[in-house]
Amino acid sequence: MDVFNAIVQTLDSTIRLSVPLLLACLAGLYSERAGIFDIGLEGKMLVGAFAGAAAASVFHSALLGLGMAILVSVAFAMVHGFASITHRGNQIVSGVAINFVAAGSTIILGQAWFQQGGRTPALQPGERFEAITWPGADAVRDVPIIGPIYAELISGHSLLVYLAFLMVPFTWWVLFRTRFGLRLRAVGENPAAVDTAGISVAWLRYRALICTGILTGVAGAYLSMVQNGGFVKDMTAGKGYIALAALIFAKWKPVNAMFACLLFGFLDALSIRLQGSPLPIIGKVPVQFMQALPYILTVVLLAGFIGKAIPPRAGGVPYVKER
Amino acid sequence: MSTPYAKLPAWADYGLIPLINLAVAFIVAGFVVLLVGENPFRAAVILVQGAFGKGTGIAFTLFYATTFIFTGLSVAVAAHCGLFNIGTEGQAYIAGLGIAIVCLSFDSVLPWWLTFPLAIVASALVGALWALIPAYLQAKRGSHIVITTIMFNFIAASIMVYLLVGPLKPAGSQAPQTRNFLAGAELPKLNWIIELFGAKIRSAPLNVTFLLALVMAFLVWLLIWRTKLGYEMRTYGHSPKAARYAGISETRIIITAMMISGALAGMMALNPVMGDQHNVAIDFVSGAGFVGIAVALMGRLHPVGIVLAAILFGMLYQGGAELAFEMPAISRDMIVIIQGLVILFAGALEHMFRPYIQALFASFSPRSVGMEAVKGKGA
Repeated sequence: MDVFNAIVQTLDSTIRLSVPLLLACLAGLYSERAGIFDIGLEGKMLVGAFAGAAAASVFHSALLGLGMAILVSVAFAMVHGFASITHRGNQIVSGVAINFVAAGSTIILGQAWFQQGGRTPALQPGERFEAITWPGADAVRDVPIIGPIYAELISGHSLLVYLAFLMVPFTWWVLFRTRFGLRLRAVGENPAAVDTAGISVAWLRYRALICTGILTGVAGAYLSMVQNGGFVKDMTAGKGYIALAALIFAKWKPVNAMFACLLFGFLDALSIRLQGSPLPIIGKVPVQFMQALPYILTVVLLAGFIGKAIPPRAGGVPYVKER
Repeated sequence: MSTPYAKLPAWADYGLIPLINLAVAFIVAGFVVLLVGENPFRAAVILVQGAFGKGTGIAFTLFYATTFIFTGLSVAVAAHCGLFNIGTEGQAYIAGLGIAIVCLSFDSVLPWWLTFPLAIVASALVGALWALIPAYLQAKRGSHIVITTIMFNFIAASIMVYLLVGPLKPAGSQAPQTRNFLAGAELPKLNWIIELFGAKIRSAPLNVTFLLALVMAFLVWLLIWRTKLGYEMRTYGHSPKAARYAGISETRIIITAMMISGALAGMMALNPVMGDQHNVAIDFVSGAGFVGIAVALMGRLHPVGIVLAAILFGMLYQGGAELAFEMPAISRDMIVIIQGLVILFAGALEHMFRPYIQALFASFSPRSVGMEAVKGKGA
């Protein structure tokens, strides 16, 4: 039973750890499918986390915090759009710039406004998203096998966790079953064709970036208002890049993205759980190896040893109407 | 707007436009200072005084600049070949390993002028090898070099953390770093050069690596504009199709360019490791690789521009430290914002002001932009 409980707990923390990855990964999915590379997921998550926690603690409302997180994150996405769509700048350069501005400004503004060394005040109950206990979760907790699974794994997460997982079928539906999704995918493959059909490439790509901004905002809010009770400087700690890796790992598909994020989340949960305790057969695995594994796996995938990841064809290329 | 950009006079192209971009970046940064509730003009004065006001300040500025010259050159060499090496950070970090091996083995037997060349070779080699795999994957497998080099940054960080909290840490020590190097791996300081001009220096880490950086800047200029290899790299960077048509091997040119870039990134590690800290510590690169992106863009990928831009960023780092001291509300993270804004305006938005400047030039002197004086028939 101990082993079973350990497994359930690990899976539970897998879910918690993969939610920000999943949201950021889906965010990247919208922009990359529309042909805009977005290295700036990390930065947008960070400003989302900061704006969310700051607004929640000032206005004493979790929902206002979430709204502010989305707003600021979308604003940063629009800067990316302004540089890479309107001015046809290099998308990678613009993304790198956004990450820097985000990293610096969250600390500077946080310190200036709250004077807590770049942190925001600890969020009080009501300013964070609380865990939702599903009906009957406490009643069935003692039932063997099913009880813990229902009570720990399915019930007892915050609203944003369920939202993140609902975003997977929703994103799939948007991309593959709506006109907007069809056009969005088309603009990432062959913008000239979309242009010829009389649809504005720029506006379409801007809309894709708005979707990206919304999702990175939610991802940031999750970090600072669910996983942690407030903003801490550099709290994204490379999650935006892992999400990018997951996106490639998922070959730019929503359902795959969920599994990729769960896998990377699981690796993270496992490395926290093991913390130096030896595994059977393999022996002691260094924590650092587990942390590097998502990146190593992505490189191996990119090398074409496990399937081939083919990015959207027009990705990274600014669209220029005929000259 | 969809017309190809008309030519501006060279001085406007290489001088005026970067300056305008830089000015805009600083104006936006000034607004951030306002938002924090400080006076941006006073902040600017403190910054410049902190960097150039005293001898020690100048020495520190040049010390930081040394680091940024290497990373800027590294980014620029790859960029000339059309490759975005975002992995400078990781290549420099892992090069610390090469330096550690050389220094820890020889610092008790060899004098510094023998350890130094060995360490240069080791750092360049390790940096180049770390760039080799992403380069190979780009050339042979078509995996996007930006993504693979980002991944390699994280892998490098994991390896270095593992080594520095484990095998490389001396027994009984708590700090995640190697033991301190002995005199045989300490580089001589260059502070006497500034003292020649009459300034007094208390203690600053400016060291001989600065000269190495200048030599490398010259060699990069030679490579890019005066050798066949450099010509091939630029050709490939401009148009991979043309390069292929001209019989330039894609694989060879990508791998060579990335390895040179990685080697330059690796040499950056010499400056903080052997010149200042005298050990290899966790996170000793601390973002210098990313500053290299800003420096390369600001310097328009030309070694002279890069040296100037590196000094500018060195000034920001040194002056920023003074600023944090004078204005507690503005910590050194202000530099990170400025850096981001410079990358944004000098990099991603570099063409934003170009049409306006062209229009301005055209209205004053149409011939300077290669146009006839007829209105409405412009570029």
